[in-house]
Amino acid sequence: MVKKLKINDVIELLKDADVEALEGVTFEGDIELEIEETTGIDSLFAYTLGEETAKIGLYLLNLARSIGYPVDQIARIQAQPPAPRLSKLIESKFTVGTIDEWKTPIEEVTLGATSSDGGTRGHTITLGGERALPYYFDAPMPNRNYVTIDVFDMPISMAKTVKSNYEDVMEDAGEWAKKVVNEFDADMVTIHLISTDPLIKDTPAVEASKTVEEVLQAVDVPIVIGGSGNPAKDPEVLERAAEVAEGERCLIASANLNMDYERIAAAANKYGHVVLAWTQLEINAQKELNRKLMKQCGVDRDRIVVDPTTAALGYGLDYAYTNMERIRLAGLIGDEELNFPMSSGTTNAWGAREAWMVSSPLKEDSDWGPREYRGPIWEIVTGLTLALGGNDLFMMMHPGAVKVLKEITQTLFGSIKTDETNLSNWVAEVLA
Amino acid sequence: MKVNSPLQIYKYLPQTNCGECGEATCMAFASHLLDRSKKVADCPPLLDDKYKKKYLELSELLAPEIREVVAGVGETAVKIGGDDVLYRHQLTFFNPTVLAYDVTDTMSEEELVDRVKRISGFKKFYVGSFLKLNMVAVRSTSNDPEKFKKAVKKVSETTTLPLILCSFNPDVLAAGLEVSADKKPILYAATKENWQQVSELALKERTPVVLFSPGDLDELKTLAVSFREMGIEDLILDPGTYPRGEQLKTTFQNFLKIRRAGIKEGQKDIAYPLMATPITAWMVNEDPIRASYWETVLASVFTVRYGDVMIMHSIEPYALIPEVLIRETIYTDPRTPVRVDPGVYEVGSPTKDSPVIVTTNFALTYYTVESDLSSSEIDCYLATVDTDGIGVEASVAGGQLTAAKIKETFDNAGFDFKEKTSHNTVILPGLAARLQGDVEDVTGLNVKIGPQDSGRIPGWMETNWPPK
Repeated sequence: MVKKLKINDVIELLKDADVEALEGVTFEGDIELEIEETTGIDSLFAYTLGEETAKIGLYLLNLARSIGYPVDQIARIQAQPPAPRLSKLIESKFTVGTIDEWKTPIEEVTLGATSSDGGTRGHTITLGGERALPYYFDAPMPNRNYVTIDVFDMPISMAKTVKSNYEDVMEDAGEWAKKVVNEFDADMVTIHLISTDPLIKDTPAVEASKTVEEVLQAVDVPIVIGGSGNPAKDPEVLERAAEVAEGERCLIASANLNMDYERIAAAANKYGHVVLAWTQLEINAQKELNRKLMKQCGVDRDRIVVDPTTAALGYGLDYAYTNMERIRLAGLIGDEELNFPMSSGTTNAWGAREAWMVSSPLKEDSDWGPREYRGPIWEIVTGLTLALGGNDLFMMMHPGAVKVLKEITQTLFGSIKTDETNLSNWVAEVLA
Repeated sequence: MKVNSPLQIYKYLPQTNCGECGEATCMAFASHLLDRSKKVADCPPLLDDKYKKKYLELSELLAPEIREVVAGVGETAVKIGGDDVLYRHQLTFFNPTVLAYDVTDTMSEEELVDRVKRISGFKKFYVGSFLKLNMVAVRSTSNDPEKFKKAVKKVSETTTLPLILCSFNPDVLAAGLEVSADKKPILYAATKENWQQVSELALKERTPVVLFSPGDLDELKTLAVSFREMGIEDLILDPGTYPRGEQLKTTFQNFLKIRRAGIKEGQKDIAYPLMATPITAWMVNEDPIRASYWETVLASVFTVRYGDVMIMHSIEPYALIPEVLIRETIYTDPRTPVRVDPGVYEVGSPTKDSPVIVTTNFALTYYTVESDLSSSEIDCYLATVDTDGIGVEASVAGGQLTAAKIKETFDNAGFDFKEKTSHNTVILPGLAARLQGDVEDVTGLNVKIGPQDSGRIPGWMETNWPPK
């Protein structure tokens, strides 16, 4: 441990180490050195400095002793004060308060309409209504999270792990919708009219709306109607789709600031639907769009759901998560342009290469293992993170991911009961 | 910390604007202390004796709300806790969740060594560096001190990662400490049954210790207050991580309660780092894939909500990769810019025959593309378009990535295709394919459409480059 140093080295070292710093050093016993807290040296600084000075100090001490200097008499010997031993524990009570500032509830928005409300859905789904962050103890969460599974109006390319579940139904949106509801436990279905994109098939709006009718016939859950994402074509497509779905209280996806959102809002109002207000990771843009929908377009508060954009785990989820959490916190403390239920395009998780690539493109990475297990967990963790940030509705694709996301969100919501687990000896009992 | 404006800090500084800290003024230095980008000791004059009182007072005011506990020694030592806020956007979270993976003292030596090597060797590239795992948790499943000692010794010979010694039997912990105390391991755990013996071990060896009280916050606080009274301050609290059902909901809320008490209410008695044990997922799932999935789910929940150190079992890539990335998601400093400067960057040493590739100025996109290109040793020009820091797919949809913007990027950078290239060709990202016609019209260049993921550029190059 002790470095062999020549006296000149010691002098050099002391010069470099700033000799003044040694003023507060006490020689303790014959090996340990302690730097008093009161010398005004940051403890971390002292820690690193201490190692160096300890070596030097020890050397000096031994040197002095070897030439007969009575070091043991001058080195102050300081015994460590004995720590107070306790014969029994100091009993304490834990308490914590709730957050007073969370006074404004999130709007409750109902999707779907049953026959009593002029629709044909078997049941409705209500999103929102929270008075606290999700699953917090401050106030019970009135509505659980819901999952809507994506269905497309044409076969599309998708990750192999996802595709293997849908190969038999990709030519028929109605069958596809039935499968996600009956086999994969979807709470809702999203029909994406992707073929209407002028760069894909340019399906006319009238024709596309027939697919919406098919899906409404095939399943009786509430539905989301999505366009192709083409800002020029979507208003026409969604207008027509809203018309054929009149009275079903569908979620129309979506209105955004880069398109003729007034037309989308007008169609939703006219035919009795809910508007999905989509912005791109920008809280102020979300406020602006929501304000315009309410003030300029006359959309009722209980007909707005917001999609502040979902970025995949590893590809901007930090922004997506914090954006949602900020929106939710702002809503709870009274920002009435932001207190709406939120929706996430969780399927975006499949854009992450970790979700679908066979192996890492970087040779330096550790082995990525089989991709069929990577993809679903990518979708789960992306969705779950946003659930914790306040997201209410999840648009998803992989049935296994849907199952696990529902299980964890409903567990935290409080509706899943299981046998109790005894952790008192888990260290030895985990058999893995 | 107990202050919220630079002015409050300024009062404690020398106010001489000497510049020794590297900042022009003491006020500027105060702002850095407030956002924790500098430390008090970075002000040399303040170390002088005459400022001793102010130094001490300021250090106390600036101490993080949650205690910071250090385990391990040397380069692989870990800092646990040290947070000041409840939400990352309020500042940032400090000291990313420390991820520990288990081995047991009933494994064969071969199995143990192999596992430890896999844990310490794991790495996943992300935005310019490699994400890694931090600790090895040695569990005593034998309850035999000699076996445990042997396992701990073997693990510490195999890796420099710090250890968590896991047993509720103090004799077992003592045996493990005998061969690892100089490496400053974490002791897991002190309970209401064994607290006297475990506290003595912690005092003697000055190692951090976890207090474990499953589902009982009064008892957990009782232990914390008692240990503090005995002079043990490097404490970590484990309120128990129940793996499912209503117990899991309660666990989640316990984490929220403890952290809120520590940060919002300033309750020092409970302001310690938190440990979660997602490994308990293995107590309730028989199928290993399901258990691993559920473990990753629990790890994600407690990475988002306040777990500072966690013990896991699965070292399958489909568990480790999401676990290190969700940690990065939550602990990335939200104050760092989301975008890089727009411009035309050289990757490697491009020549006139090298490709010119377009991407956006969203930092994650840029660094991903850049690392894919350099890792494959592709010399090229990488044009970064100002899309307000939005990725390719979203900026095409949102109108931030357009033909005009692409032209502007090359114009502003003074990049003349005729002079710099022999091919007059630009490559667009696959996700921006719909811009092809526009870009051809606006720039007059040949436009090729690249793959949808930049990881596939090397394969794409084989068949598409040079352009015919």
